[in-house]
Amino acid sequence: MSRWEAVIGIECHVELKTKSKMFCGCANEFGGEPNTKVCPVCLALPGALPVVNKAAIEHMILAGLAFDAEIPAFSKFDRKNYFYPDMPKDYQISQFDMPLTQGGVVRYWLEDGTVKECRLTRIHLEEDTGKSTHAGSGDGRIAGSTYSLVDFNRAGVPLMECVSEPEIHSAQEAVGYLEALRRTLLQLGVSDVKMEEGSLRCDANVSIRPVGSSELGTKTEVKNMNSFRSVHRAIESEIERQIALLEAGDRIVQETRGWDEVNGTTISMRSKEQAHDYRYFPDPDLVPMEVSRETVERLRATLPELPLARFERYTRTFGLDVKQATQLIDNAQLGSYFDTVVTASGDPKQAKNFVLGELSRLANETGTPVHESPVTPEHLTELFVMITGNRINSKIAKDLVVRMWGGGGSPKAIVEREGLAQTSDPAAVEKFVDDVLAANEKSVADYRSGKTNVMGFLVGQVMKASQGKADPALVNTVMKQKLES
Amino acid sequence: MEIIERSAAQIAREVSARTTSAAEVTEAALAHVAAVDGEIGSYLTVLNDRARDVAATVDARIAAGERLPLAGVPLAVKDNMCLVGTRTTAGSKILEHWKAPYTATAVTRLLDAGCVPIGKANMDEFAMGSSCENSALGVTRNPYDLTRVPGGSSGGSAASVAAFEAAIGMGSDTGGSIREPAAFCNLVGFKPTYGRVSRYGLIAFASSLDQIGPLTRTVEDSALAYDAMGGYDPMDSTSIDRPLEPTAPSLRTDLRGLKVGIVREFATGALGGAIDAVYKQAYADLKALGAELVEVALPTAEHGLATYYLIAPAECSSNLARFDGVRYGLRVDGADVADMYEKTRAAGFGPEVKRRILIGTYALSSGYYDAYYVRAQKARTLIARDFDTAFAACDLIACPAASSPAFQFNSKSDPYSMYLMDYYTIPMSLAGLPALSVPCGWVTPPGGERPMPMGLQLCAPLFEERLLLGAAHAYEQATKHAGAHKPALTMVGGR
Repeated sequence: MSRWEAVIGIECHVELKTKSKMFCGCANEFGGEPNTKVCPVCLALPGALPVVNKAAIEHMILAGLAFDAEIPAFSKFDRKNYFYPDMPKDYQISQFDMPLTQGGVVRYWLEDGTVKECRLTRIHLEEDTGKSTHAGSGDGRIAGSTYSLVDFNRAGVPLMECVSEPEIHSAQEAVGYLEALRRTLLQLGVSDVKMEEGSLRCDANVSIRPVGSSELGTKTEVKNMNSFRSVHRAIESEIERQIALLEAGDRIVQETRGWDEVNGTTISMRSKEQAHDYRYFPDPDLVPMEVSRETVERLRATLPELPLARFERYTRTFGLDVKQATQLIDNAQLGSYFDTVVTASGDPKQAKNFVLGELSRLANETGTPVHESPVTPEHLTELFVMITGNRINSKIAKDLVVRMWGGGGSPKAIVEREGLAQTSDPAAVEKFVDDVLAANEKSVADYRSGKTNVMGFLVGQVMKASQGKADPALVNTVMKQKLES
Repeated sequence: MEIIERSAAQIAREVSARTTSAAEVTEAALAHVAAVDGEIGSYLTVLNDRARDVAATVDARIAAGERLPLAGVPLAVKDNMCLVGTRTTAGSKILEHWKAPYTATAVTRLLDAGCVPIGKANMDEFAMGSSCENSALGVTRNPYDLTRVPGGSSGGSAASVAAFEAAIGMGSDTGGSIREPAAFCNLVGFKPTYGRVSRYGLIAFASSLDQIGPLTRTVEDSALAYDAMGGYDPMDSTSIDRPLEPTAPSLRTDLRGLKVGIVREFATGALGGAIDAVYKQAYADLKALGAELVEVALPTAEHGLATYYLIAPAECSSNLARFDGVRYGLRVDGADVADMYEKTRAAGFGPEVKRRILIGTYALSSGYYDAYYVRAQKARTLIARDFDTAFAACDLIACPAASSPAFQFNSKSDPYSMYLMDYYTIPMSLAGLPALSVPCGWVTPPGGERPMPMGLQLCAPLFEERLLLGAAHAYEQATKHAGAHKPALTMVGGR
């Protein structure tokens, strides 16, 4: 056990998925030819004015509700003033002291199934900046570049800033937190949350302190993490670096550090933090927002089942393990397919066996996702009914699934058409057993002399003779009776 | 009377009746501009070709049977309003060569109503000033005395209408920038309720105060222009989404049944005998028209100037940040991007703009924000409440529009004495109220050779534009001060 405890807070920026940008009618889409999704407003031409995108406000309220945040009745936009070439107005419309949502909590689970929670400081709405490209420096960095180009397609895209309390204590927890945030926002449909396209970006504030201490140590801000894996590695590395420093008697410098993916370490970016004075003040171009209780309740009523509730349903009610539950939650279509099968069949156990077993195997083999395969939840329900009614045995059931995957249609129809129904007729089974016993006199003798393990072989012969249709339980009973009589 | 000397209402009537055409009016206006604007300097850009094209369109629309309330009316557009394809400078070096790629809503609406844009009018840089002397791009002279300023910041629009270079001037008023030049140039200058006219396409000075309005030679013209340019615009979140009742049909000829408040704190004795006499007469004339005069108090109005000079600079310090040399306008290259910003803004902004950016940046700074910006907002609320109280006792308020007639160039040596020019107009701006200036008499300033016009300011409760313009019309028709003297101009056609 280390004598150090890590204290981590995470700050995320999430681009909201809306048709148009936050304050103008330009398309909110990733990519495209530079400076093609722009207008007087998002280029900050003289005289242009912002108009709030109502869909973004609703997305924010939904996110707030999903995280149990408070939705205050009043909210407003403020200007955050600073000069930057990819920020057209040289101020960012943001929210300072009256954000759309206040507080809240992100509940997440770890690989071992432990459920944790981390409170949110705030979630607020702002606008994204454009993107700069620096030329002439060789490495794309501004230092040494000869000129810079700015693409304003992204400028004005609605951006949700989500700041956590420093309540995360390991790299694993940090990733768990981020996964929960991503899952929830995806489930709400308010963002694509793609780190690779920059619709989810995060920084981590990392500090360490002796276990048992309640004081916060000096923190560093870790940036440039481009995947959950790099978040995990960067935080681990930063914690180790800080522990090594303190144990060597050095001190931590408050600074911004960039994650270097190649070398697997964080590197100091700016040690002297500029004391920015953003001169926040209410944006006089926008009127304060009133959020009515009716709006909040209308949106609350549209909330889907959230990831943690599904996790608990899958693990506690349906007995799925953590990995299976996570798989269903993170694969929205598979999860929804699974839920449909459960609802249609009322048989979560079979649903789990087939959807996560045979069907997932076939999906992997063929590259066709389960929900796009010809196997419908109705057909699966038919299959389950035949299995529980002993109409077919498990071997036939597996064969049937393969045929259904290949477009065979209703399993009932296949069984009827091809005479695959399980033979549970005692007379027919008795006939198969008699034939097998007659043909295997030596085995019969062996059994009777005490080598009872030949039973398996004899039952197998019956199944083979019946082309798998004989009811294995019935075969066993009849066989035993015959051998022991 | 030359066609261009007629009112906008008359011109529109004649063009609509096809006794003249928009093309003829436009040619006359352009010829007159060519003849006099070298002296007056109303325009930074004269839109000869554009005006002719628009006039032809107006004539075609009239011929097609459209009814255009402002058919063929020559329009001066203040150069802080965008008109697609035209240079739009805000009177600043930083935008000296910038061409607007879109049109301001208020301009679009006047063009839709039949106006013909003659030119883009000079102004104090970014609308900061009260004399037009802060324009970085040209000098505008008062048509009634070329040694005097036209007022500001909408000085070019005022001068153009006074000199018959346009019949409607579009102005913007942040603390008095329509009303003061109207008073100086013998015009009606009307600032509607904040939010009545869209600001979309108006280059912002102080967003919470800026309001577009007309400068015209008659009250009726202001009413017609306002009816055409006003109303809700979804492109401006601060524009008010409620129906605009037309004001032009409700112009009155008396003031019977109205209580007019005379502001105790705005006693005019200190302004000097001649000026005091003009206002005393004006109040007496209101009474003669049937109004009951009542004394009202605006005890916090004296803090208007201090309040305004915190809020407006604070907003401007942020609004003007975008002029950074990155995307448009002037760029002066530097060693790095910060150096480029500094050099560009140092070269592009004039001293008054820089002063206000600095004041505003300071007022918003951490540690000073509460003491300056927040306190100013509180004072603003108190000033607005004073008006509420006053309007419980009266229907309209009457007071001076400016404390003196137009002054001579370079006579306001320090910024504060210039700021004082807006002493009577700023409180209404802070309260968002509709207010106008209407000609109320003439005073020959000490040492001056010609009588100069004075303006009476009338102010109404929020959204009471009909009442305000109606009352101003009654006063104008009864007193006819505007026609007492002619501008010092040589008219085309030799007069």
